[in-house]
Amino acid sequence: MRRSRTLVSLIALSFVLSACGSSSSDSGSDSNAQGQEGVLAPYDASKAGGTLTLVAKGAAGTLDPHINYTLQFWQLYQATYDGLLAFRKVDGPKSFETVPDLAEALPELSDGGKTLTFTLRKGIKFSDGRDVTVNDVKASFERIFKVLSPTAGGFYNGIVGADACLANPATCKLDQGVIVDSATNKIEIKLTAPDATINYKLSLPHAVILPADAPSKDAGTTPIPTTGPYMFASYDPNKELKMVRNPNFTEWNREAQPAGYPDEIVYQFGLTAEAQVNAIKNGQADWMLDPIPADRLSEIGTELPNQIKVHTLTAMWYLPMNNNLAPFDNVKARQAVNYALDRNAMVKIFGGEQLASPACTFLPPGFPGHKDFCQYTEGASVESPATSWAAPDIEKAKQLVKESGTAGQKVGIVVSDDEVNKQMGEYIQSVLNQIGYKATLKPISSNIQFTYIQNTKNKVQISVSQWYQDFPAAMDFSYILLGCESFTPGSDSSINMAGYCNKALNKRMIDAMNLAVTDQAAADKEWGEIDQAIMNEAPVAVAFTPKQIDFLSARVKNYNFSKQFYMLVSQLQLDK
Amino acid sequence: MTTHEPAFNLSSESPGKIALRTLVRDRRSWVASTMLVIVVALTLFAPLYASLVSKTDPFVSTINGTVVLDGVEVQVLQQSTEGLKIGVNPIGPTWKIGPYFLGADNQGRDVAARLLYGGTNTLLIGFSAAALTLIVATLVGVIAGYSGKIIDSVISRILDVIWAFPVYLLSISLSVVLLTSGFKWGPLSLEAGSLYLPIFIIGLVYVPYVARPIRGQVLALREREFVKAAIGGGAKNSTIIFREILPNVIPSVLVFIPLMVSLAMLTESALSFLSIGVQAPDASWGTIIKDGLGLLYTRPIVALAPGLFIAFTAVSLNLLGDAVRDALDPKARLRGAF
Repeated sequence: MRRSRTLVSLIALSFVLSACGSSSSDSGSDSNAQGQEGVLAPYDASKAGGTLTLVAKGAAGTLDPHINYTLQFWQLYQATYDGLLAFRKVDGPKSFETVPDLAEALPELSDGGKTLTFTLRKGIKFSDGRDVTVNDVKASFERIFKVLSPTAGGFYNGIVGADACLANPATCKLDQGVIVDSATNKIEIKLTAPDATINYKLSLPHAVILPADAPSKDAGTTPIPTTGPYMFASYDPNKELKMVRNPNFTEWNREAQPAGYPDEIVYQFGLTAEAQVNAIKNGQADWMLDPIPADRLSEIGTELPNQIKVHTLTAMWYLPMNNNLAPFDNVKARQAVNYALDRNAMVKIFGGEQLASPACTFLPPGFPGHKDFCQYTEGASVESPATSWAAPDIEKAKQLVKESGTAGQKVGIVVSDDEVNKQMGEYIQSVLNQIGYKATLKPISSNIQFTYIQNTKNKVQISVSQWYQDFPAAMDFSYILLGCESFTPGSDSSINMAGYCNKALNKRMIDAMNLAVTDQAAADKEWGEIDQAIMNEAPVAVAFTPKQIDFLSARVKNYNFSKQFYMLVSQLQLDK
Repeated sequence: MTTHEPAFNLSSESPGKIALRTLVRDRRSWVASTMLVIVVALTLFAPLYASLVSKTDPFVSTINGTVVLDGVEVQVLQQSTEGLKIGVNPIGPTWKIGPYFLGADNQGRDVAARLLYGGTNTLLIGFSAAALTLIVATLVGVIAGYSGKIIDSVISRILDVIWAFPVYLLSISLSVVLLTSGFKWGPLSLEAGSLYLPIFIIGLVYVPYVARPIRGQVLALREREFVKAAIGGGAKNSTIIFREILPNVIPSVLVFIPLMVSLAMLTESALSFLSIGVQAPDASWGTIIKDGLGLLYTRPIVALAPGLFIAFTAVSLNLLGDAVRDALDPKARLRGAF
């Protein structure tokens, strides 16, 4: 998932996943968290009330939870919609765990992990007063395909009948894949093969349960009835989004869907990042979405330290290099970039060592399968890697460029046109010029940069991109971003931007996914080895692991940070 | 007018000499010229300043670089040490002759050195674009005005169409299109990111601004007796244009020079501020203002310094333009005399 407001489409990813069961780990070092890690405090009705005001430069597009693929609205869906399962809504690493939500319990597995059986809870109502039934569940899974959900082909194609639905979305029927029984409230989801990550996928907003009569097309700005503690009252993408309490909500599983504190949540759009900072300082807003401008970070961090929350993320900023286009079709040229890149400089551009950490590995620290290694640091090599990045090695980079025979070639760097990305692009341009290339910088609108750099027709040689986990499994990084099946030449949905395809390593990745069914620990170890083998070929240059910074108003209390979906909006309490 | 002598005299001096004498005696022209010479000299001093004073390469990022100030080695980009220790600030102005006199930008580059180099590019583009505009506009205006009939109609309508677009809108549109692909037309080839590209774009969009009044002047000149006499005498068209028309048009063109340089410089700064003019790592005053935008709260000097240079140079050019106009415009002298 990408963090920005841009819609990300993975529709072209129709790879077959296998196995099931997964573990999660986390090494985040959080600061200033107010909630108790791993536990959500009991609901305190005396703290409820008030209007929480969130601010952002822009809205995030459609309000349809089966379509929207932005963190901006996924945060809100946590307090509005429910799936059969949900990520645990707590502070800290336990938020990576899945818990039963609309289902009474986690699924019972049978048929070698290919059948998942759930029982739907009784008595849960939509915000329009209608009961949630098993028919709504079946219709919701069919709707994922009917509305061409961005992850329909990537995450839910393992359901029996999904292939036909992907071929003919309008007439999608999952009679063999989602079998429901109204009398017993039982739901059976049948898969073509075991899937180690299916619980995560069923916990994502794209798999939430909507009324059976929800439109079979993008609902756009029209709210669809919700099941959570809030419902959407109005939405104008140019002005604001308003959420009010769902009158039909009663808490059924506090870990999955806790009752919220504010009476209303208003999301205002159209404010610049500078204006957002000022609004929070003046008490006119309670939280801002956009990154704090670099020149305000020190001021806020010094004047209002209690209103800043910083959290480690399982994410990365990296430089995909086009492995099929000169000069980066040469492994030595790619390795040269890896050696030359000063990760500390990139960290400084991002806001300093408190907001990011230099990185070398594709799997972020704290992520399943992560292994400490770094081939591309001073004093290290592919044959003898260090354990972590220390410093760039410009001389070695120059030597590799010379050996590759690519010196003097022109290189275009494509970055988003926001301030941070442009600065990174300018820095990379300087580095590439230093090691012997003639680099030019091409900043393009952040609305299109992510899709632009995916399409091979645009002949992008090197770019700056980011990846924030969809769910805590190694395949969400390594296989999604560098698997052969993720590379679709000529498509805007070719998430393997490097165009990297090593068939032997691709097979190892598929085998690792299968191994996870029976032995998660062994699978994670294998992912670590695969990561190192991939980085030996340097298809990308990993730059750093970012941290999330939340700037809150003085009146906000009870801040909880989920590793999966970040700040739990509904749990914020407002001073009266 | 500041001259103490009658502006209108019947001496045997040529109009050019009268104009030059008037210009030399105009205090505005001295003030403006001095201001302009200072700016140009400073910008020409850029390579020397970078190598001898700042001792840094203003085109290379030194984000992790250090500098020795007062015997102490400090980071060029400094991590905040207060509060939560978040945020990184470039080193501020030292106000001492040496490295980082005006501080560093977000890439750790010496702002003073970039300011001087940036000035070179801004002035180069300003003067070159103005020269291009004036040459093309004079050519087009004279051809249209002297030829008349269908040639005049066609050229005039083309100028009307170009001038129908707001200058900045047209410049931005052309820049956005040509920025990534460059420009190639016959033997003329301009690479994407080249400094020639903004010169070409700015030079082109202002052609109608100069060509239309010149065409009007040529139309009037064609009806004058001395031109009719030359035509009646069987002189060739080229002879009439070069001997009779152009000498009478040149004063108007001269009046346009400072004005066009100023306009071209401002347009270049605007385009560069929007990232569609001079491309990194090259600098211009516009790109430095853009770089300083993200540092307005902590290092306002990064944006202020190039802004002041632009204002200073634009004022000097406009003052000089006024003085040149008054010196070359007989009607203005007449107005001043009576």
